[in-house]
Amino acid sequence: MSFVQNFPFFSIIIAMFSGIVSSVLSGKKARAVSIAAITVTTVLSAFVLAFCLRTGQSYTYMMGHFPAPWGNEIRAGVLEGLTALLFGVVMFLSVVGGLRYTEEDVEPSKQNLFYIMIDLMLSSLLALIYTNDLFTAYVFVEINTIAGCGLIMMSQTGRSLTAAIRYMVMSSLGSGLFLIGLSLLYDVSGQLLMSPAKEAVARIVVDGSYQIPLLVIVAVVSVGLAIKSGLFPFHYWIPDTYGYATPTASAVLSGLVSKGYIFLLIKFFYRVIGTENAAHSHIINALFFFGVAGMMFGSLRAIMQTDTRKMIAYSSVAQIGYIYMGIGLGTQAGMIAAIFHIFSHGATKALLFISSVGLYKVSGDRTDFLALRGSAYRNRLAGAGFLVGALSMVGFPMLAGFISKLLFATSAFASPHKMLITLIALAVSTVLNAIYFLRLMIGLYRPTKSGSFVEPAPAERTGGGEEADRKGRGAKQAEKGAGPGSGSAAAAANPWTMRIAIVCFIILNLILGLFSQPIVSAITDGLAMFG
Amino acid sequence: MSPTLMLNLEEEVSMVLFGVGFTMLLLHRNLIKKIMGMNIMDTAIYLFLAAKGYIEGRGVPILTDGVQDASAYINPVPSGLVLTGIVVSVSTTALMLALTIRLYERYHSLDLDQILISMKMEEEEQL
Repeated sequence: MSFVQNFPFFSIIIAMFSGIVSSVLSGKKARAVSIAAITVTTVLSAFVLAFCLRTGQSYTYMMGHFPAPWGNEIRAGVLEGLTALLFGVVMFLSVVGGLRYTEEDVEPSKQNLFYIMIDLMLSSLLALIYTNDLFTAYVFVEINTIAGCGLIMMSQTGRSLTAAIRYMVMSSLGSGLFLIGLSLLYDVSGQLLMSPAKEAVARIVVDGSYQIPLLVIVAVVSVGLAIKSGLFPFHYWIPDTYGYATPTASAVLSGLVSKGYIFLLIKFFYRVIGTENAAHSHIINALFFFGVAGMMFGSLRAIMQTDTRKMIAYSSVAQIGYIYMGIGLGTQAGMIAAIFHIFSHGATKALLFISSVGLYKVSGDRTDFLALRGSAYRNRLAGAGFLVGALSMVGFPMLAGFISKLLFATSAFASPHKMLITLIALAVSTVLNAIYFLRLMIGLYRPTKSGSFVEPAPAERTGGGEEADRKGRGAKQAEKGAGPGSGSAAAAANPWTMRIAIVCFIILNLILGLFSQPIVSAITDGLAMFG
Repeated sequence: MSPTLMLNLEEEVSMVLFGVGFTMLLLHRNLIKKIMGMNIMDTAIYLFLAAKGYIEGRGVPILTDGVQDASAYINPVPSGLVLTGIVVSVSTTALMLALTIRLYERYHSLDLDQILISMKMEEEEQL
């Protein structure tokens, strides 16, 4: 056995212990521990990925030396390693990018709690990715829920408290359904480990016994995880939850948390039920239908918003719809597209949440479209980050979003019954995405008269004469003229950590968009060794 | 009445209780009753698991009088799951109750709709 094979277990336990240690540390130290833990786990995940790519197969890792039907197992392959690596990178950049705002939004005495939640979130996400045991998955789903709730309520405003209780209610419903599903599965199959359970399920299918319980299990687990990941029509907690948390929390929640549950669902289909059985049950059609409905509804609601945060959050509803549509196609190609979209949406949405804060900060902390007008000139880097994110969401070539749309479109041809609906849904949703993102982008890049934020600045009156002067010299001059003032505002709004994060996110988006071929082939290999 | 109906009485009761708890958690406006609903839902699952793990005429799965034979004991796995599940549901309940206290202190109400209305009003005042 190679030493690298221990790494999945190490990364889970490092993340969890750093959370435990942080409870007695000060905010600053907890932050350092958290960032170190995320870095270490990301590096370990990279090693796992490299190991699995080299050996070309997945391996199971026995926990506590109890053999298969009784013990607890971790299973790692290319797909797990890749997902853990990308989740780690997005997590790292979200935490680093939001450092300053976390400091501002969270009370000083509670700083360490925030980072405990981040650590627990990381460890539960990694456990959801690696575990091969259904009940372990349930326990970590609950840890994930509690950590997510903690992240939401950290800023302690009325909005975030109500968002947290709504999130808890919906999540508890989802966990309850997942738990009853796995209890039923344990009864019909006698197994909790995924691989032995699959053999038992295959026997049941051949026997023809317990068909209805099996259908109920698939339905209940799918609905439970769909509720938790915010699939339409269970999405109503999303806008408040993502919109009113601190930037890091929003980025992590929308970029990663819902994806962890989707990854678990994909694992459930592949490793427990078997893709063919899942495709034969009509549950997958229901997921397809609600995915498409979510794409439409999320985009339409996003168009109706006038608040940037809510618009980005509603766009998440639509993107989750894309992923479920891919799963619902019931083909290998659809699943690859869905998994690629998990990555691309994680990278893009986190970028949008982090860079949009830079724009709010130069607009007097306001988030409505009117106040943000011209803010991309006041904060160039954040504007560029938002532009890349928005274009990626719309599906601009060279960026991550384009590749996932391309994959969805090509995968549609493999399933003749759903082809037309998929293509129409993709086309309509792309147009809708373009409408709301480009409308905002045009606003962001519209030169304002003064070049600096006007509304809450009484001092602006004194510079009235200059203002008129600048106006005459045209837009380009105007933004230059506002240079010193807006430059310092941008510097205050963009601490160096955030600059690094935005630049790295942009690079990540470009990598996913330009070098998609190796990633897609890794996903294909990963899925092949997944079942 | 079909004979299997009486045979699986515990399972049926647990499914009914699950439905009751689920509906309460989903639809009730009162936060405390939502939390009660969540607990009923979780407990129903534990009843289901315990009923499934029980085998008539066998003992508790703790080694007694040196009897090593597995057929002397009931299935220990569901009991283990129930114990773990109880720990999880206690922590979720504690978190929900803490949130409810926060919300009550802030909005003086336990009614979720009322809380949402007061929250909107508070925000409008701030603007």
